[in-house]
Amino acid sequence: MSEAVLAKLKETFAADILETHSDHGDDTARVTPASWLAISEFLRNDAGCDFDMFIDLCGVDYPSRGGVVDAGGRMEVVMHLYSTTKKHRVRLKTRVGDEDMAGADLDSVTHIWPGANWLEREVYDMSGVTFKGHPDLRRILMYPEFEGHPLLKDYPAQRTQPLIPYRTEDEAGVPLEKLPPFRADEGMSFGRRPFTETDEPS
Amino acid sequence: MEPLDLELEESELELPAEPMHLNMGPSHPAMHGTVRIVLELSGETIVKADVQIGHLHRGFEKMCERGTWAQVFPYADRLNYVSPMLNNVGYALAVEKLCDIQVPERCQWYRMMLGELARISDHLTSTGAMAMELGAFTPFLWFVKAREIVWDILEEETGARLTHSFGRIGGMAAPPTKDFKELVRGGVVQILTLVEEGEKLLLKNRIFIDRLENVGVMSGKDAIGLGWTGPCLRASGVAYDIRKLHPYLKYDEVDFDVPVGKNGDNLDRFLIRLAELRQSMKILKQCSERMADDGPVNVDDPRVILPPKNEVYTTIEGTIQHFKLIMEGAKVPAGEVYSYTEAGNGELGFYLVSDGSGTPYRVRIRPPCFQITGGLQQLITGTMLSDIVPTFGSLNMIGGECDH
Repeated sequence: MSEAVLAKLKETFAADILETHSDHGDDTARVTPASWLAISEFLRNDAGCDFDMFIDLCGVDYPSRGGVVDAGGRMEVVMHLYSTTKKHRVRLKTRVGDEDMAGADLDSVTHIWPGANWLEREVYDMSGVTFKGHPDLRRILMYPEFEGHPLLKDYPAQRTQPLIPYRTEDEAGVPLEKLPPFRADEGMSFGRRPFTETDEPS
Repeated sequence: MEPLDLELEESELELPAEPMHLNMGPSHPAMHGTVRIVLELSGETIVKADVQIGHLHRGFEKMCERGTWAQVFPYADRLNYVSPMLNNVGYALAVEKLCDIQVPERCQWYRMMLGELARISDHLTSTGAMAMELGAFTPFLWFVKAREIVWDILEEETGARLTHSFGRIGGMAAPPTKDFKELVRGGVVQILTLVEEGEKLLLKNRIFIDRLENVGVMSGKDAIGLGWTGPCLRASGVAYDIRKLHPYLKYDEVDFDVPVGKNGDNLDRFLIRLAELRQSMKILKQCSERMADDGPVNVDDPRVILPPKNEVYTTIEGTIQHFKLIMEGAKVPAGEVYSYTEAGNGELGFYLVSDGSGTPYRVRIRPPCFQITGGLQQLITGTMLSDIVPTFGSLNMIGGECDH
C-alpha cells in the first residue's frame, strides 16, 4: 500500500515515531501523544500524503499495561485516515492515560478534519479520553447522567445504572400542576411523577 | 420634509423577535426511530441545530468482547437492519483478513450476489421512505413490494427474512440453493418494473422535485472532510466506491459503473440510489453467469469451519473439533486489522484486535451512517424547518449502526 508514507513520517518525525508495521497490508505508526497534532497536520497538509478523509477514531483499552513506562499509557487511540487523491490509507496510534485513566488527554484534530468532531466525542464517551481544544466535548451515545465509560475493560458488562428520577417541584421551579403539556399518566420522562396523596400540599 | 413617523420607526414598531426552540424527535415519524434534533428557529428558518443520537445504543462493541468471534455475526446483522447481509460479509471478510483465509471462488460470487441483493433492498428502503416522508405513499408501497421480492429470495436462501446471521468465518452457513440463480434472474426483472413505475410517479412530480432540488447541498470537499462515504459522497461528485477503487471479493472481475452526482443536493442523493440499483442488477446478472453450480463454499480449514454433522456424531475427531469451535471459538491469530467494504451507506469498516484467543479483544465498527449523520447539522442550518424531512431522509440514517 503506502509504505512511502511511513518512510516519510520516520524521516520527518524520527524521535516521535515509536514503532511501525505493515501487517496485513495496513500501514501503522505508533507515535507519542505529544506529537499527535503535529503529525496529523503533516499528514493532512503534506502534498505526498494528502490525507483528506477522516475515516475512523477509536480507543482500545489495555488495562494491564498501564504504568509500564516504556510501553506507554493504558488507552490506545487509533485513527484511520484515507486520501481520496492518492488512494492510500494509514493508521496512526498513540497511547495515553495511566492505570486510572488519569492524564488521558489528547489534542483534538477537529479543526483539521471536521469529521473528527463526532468521533472524538464518541471516544470521549466510550473510552474516556479527553480531547483538548474540541469545540463541543460531551457525551454522544450515552446520556449526560451516565457514570463511567463503557468500553473500559474494567467497566462490567452487566452493570446497570439507576433510572434518572423525574423532576421534583423544587427543580422545576413551578408547581407540578403547572408543568405543561403532559399529564402524569402519560409517563413522559420530562413530565411529573404520578400524583399520590402524600403530594398534597399541606 | 421630514417623515412624520420617524420616532415610531425606531422604537414601538419593532417587534421583539425571540428565537423559538423546537424539539424534533426522538419520537417523530420522520426521524427514522431515534434521532433528536433540537432546533432554534427564527421564523421558519433554522438558526441553530443540535443533532443528538444514541437513543438506540445497544453496546454492540462491548457485547462483542464477551463471546466468540463467530458470535458477532448476529450482532452484525442488527447494525444495518435494511441490508444485514452486507454487514455479515463485511465482518466475515475482516476476520478472514486477520486469519489470512481466502474463501473459495464460488463463495466469493455467492457473497457478492447476496450482498448486491441486500444493497438493492437498502436503496429501495431508503428511496421509498424518503418518498413517503414527503407524502408520496404509493411509490413507497411499490418499493416495499420490490423489497419483498429481495427478502423472499433471501428467505429462501437463509431461512430468515431480515436478520439472517448467514455469514461464517471462512464461508457461508449453507451453499446456494438449487433455484437461487433462477430466483434472482426472475426477481431482478420484477424489481426493475416496480422501480420504474415508482420512478415515473416521482420524477415528473413538480412538488416532489421542488422539495429536493437545491435543498441540503453538500459540496464534495466538505463531504470528504466530514468523512462521508457511499451514495451520499458520490452524490456530491466524488467517485469513491470501494468496490471500484479497492476491490474485494470478485468486484474487479465484474463490469459496473459508479454513478456520480453533480450538485450534492437531496435530488442527487435520491437519483444516485436509483442509479446504483441498476448497477447492482448488472452485477447480479454477471455474478449469476460466473458462479459455479457446484464446488465448495467453505474453506477446507478445520481451525474455523465446523465439521459436517455426520462426522460430529460418528467420529471422536469431529466431536472434539465441534466442541472446541463452539465452546472456545475459532482461534484468531494475535494482531490488528482494518477491513473495509462498501455497504449500503458507504464504507463499513471493522477494526479488529485479537489477542490470539477465541474471543475478540476489541471489535470496532466504523458505521458509515455515523459520519453522515454528523454532517446533518451543517446541512440543515440555514434552511427551512420543512427541509429537514427530505434532507434527513436522503441521508438514510440507520439507527442501529449509527448508535452502535
